[in-house]
Amino acid sequence: MALVKYNNNSISSVTAATGLANGAMTHIKTLTASSSATLSFVDGTDSVVLDSTYPIYVFKFYDIHPSADAVEFRFNLSTDSGSNYNVTKTTTYFRATHLENDTTAFAYRTGDDLAQSTAFQKLLDGVGNDNDSSASGTFTLYNPSSTTFVKHFMSRSSTHQYESGIRDCFMAGYGNTTSAVNAVRFDMSSGNIDSGTIKLYGIKDS
Amino acid sequence: MALVKLNNKAVSNATAFGSITALGSMTFIKKLTASASATLSFVDGTDGVVLDDTYKEYVFTFNNIHPATDQAKFTFNVSSDSGSNYNVTKTTTYFTTYHQEDDGSPILQYEATFDLAQSTAFQNLSANMGNNNDDNLCGELKIFNPSSTTFVKHFIANNNHVHQTSAPASVEPFAAGYCNTTSAVDAVRFQMSSGNIDAGDICLYGIA
Repeated sequence: MALVKYNNNSISSVTAATGLANGAMTHIKTLTASSSATLSFVDGTDSVVLDSTYPIYVFKFYDIHPSADAVEFRFNLSTDSGSNYNVTKTTTYFRATHLENDTTAFAYRTGDDLAQSTAFQKLLDGVGNDNDSSASGTFTLYNPSSTTFVKHFMSRSSTHQYESGIRDCFMAGYGNTTSAVNAVRFDMSSGNIDSGTIKLYGIKDS
Repeated sequence: MALVKLNNKAVSNATAFGSITALGSMTFIKKLTASASATLSFVDGTDGVVLDDTYKEYVFTFNNIHPATDQAKFTFNVSSDSGSNYNVTKTTTYFTTYHQEDDGSPILQYEATFDLAQSTAFQNLSANMGNNNDDNLCGELKIFNPSSTTFVKHFIANNNHVHQTSAPASVEPFAAGYCNTTSAVDAVRFQMSSGNIDAGDICLYGIA
């Protein structure tokens, strides 16, 4: 049999190679803020998948820049495809702070957590709106489609905060519902998300 | 040069394109599902498990771990003899958050009774868990370079879970440490401190 040598041009139209091991982390959707009041990921809308396809969903947020100064970047969950973002949550929140003037702080934040509340939960606080201020981090949501268990989530973020310094914010908790969660909304506690990107990924379990 | 046109079928069975053997840097390896299980163990070379020098980092994800017994803790240990013994010496740290559903007792504190100092015991990954029907634990454990025969083996873990039924709370523990051995670690076991893992999945991934 004659040997046929292929180059990149000859296989440029190939869209599948089933023999290759697929990556376990799959990009699902990117939303980009432009003076946006909210950014919402709703299962089945605009190509968003947020169901039993994946056991773990990871939201990565990059350079979230608020229009207002010293505000919180927050989230809430929905069990009715985004009609209402009001799932009951119990959460924890702590943070490490180091200002550019070398002042430090490290503490649990009792005013920043929730106890059986339907309110939006802050992922980070005190982000500044100077031109170069922003926040980035990761928010992980586990098994949102379960109709048996509560829905756990964990987040960590780095914030260039309004007093000029770093805040390393840790938030975790659970949506205390056995209904499937099928939408997630992000917003600022005041004003808009002036700019920034949120990417949604699914983690495969097979 | 003659133009050769290929379609998807022509290359659908290929397992490598030059140096490309996988798509993405996070590779699924193995999923174990608990069903009233005393232990869940990942042993290199057994049942499709890879836990050797193929990857520098391994990630275990915990999905809806549900204990049979109230107040049981989720724990792990590692083996350097392919699972014959899970008793590698470890020194670890453990700190946690805690916040009750009734808004009581919010804390962030180091838990001196949950860490290990040169101990071969199982390491706690959780506080006392609740076993109500909707109680569970989700999170991850990362083990770095387990096959090294030069260095100790580091690991870091965190999760979120529901506290015991008498005081339901959101708990986020952070455990980290190292296995103080220069032998290769080739197996990892998970179990509850009391009773079975009633339900839940643990998935193993390799990070290229």
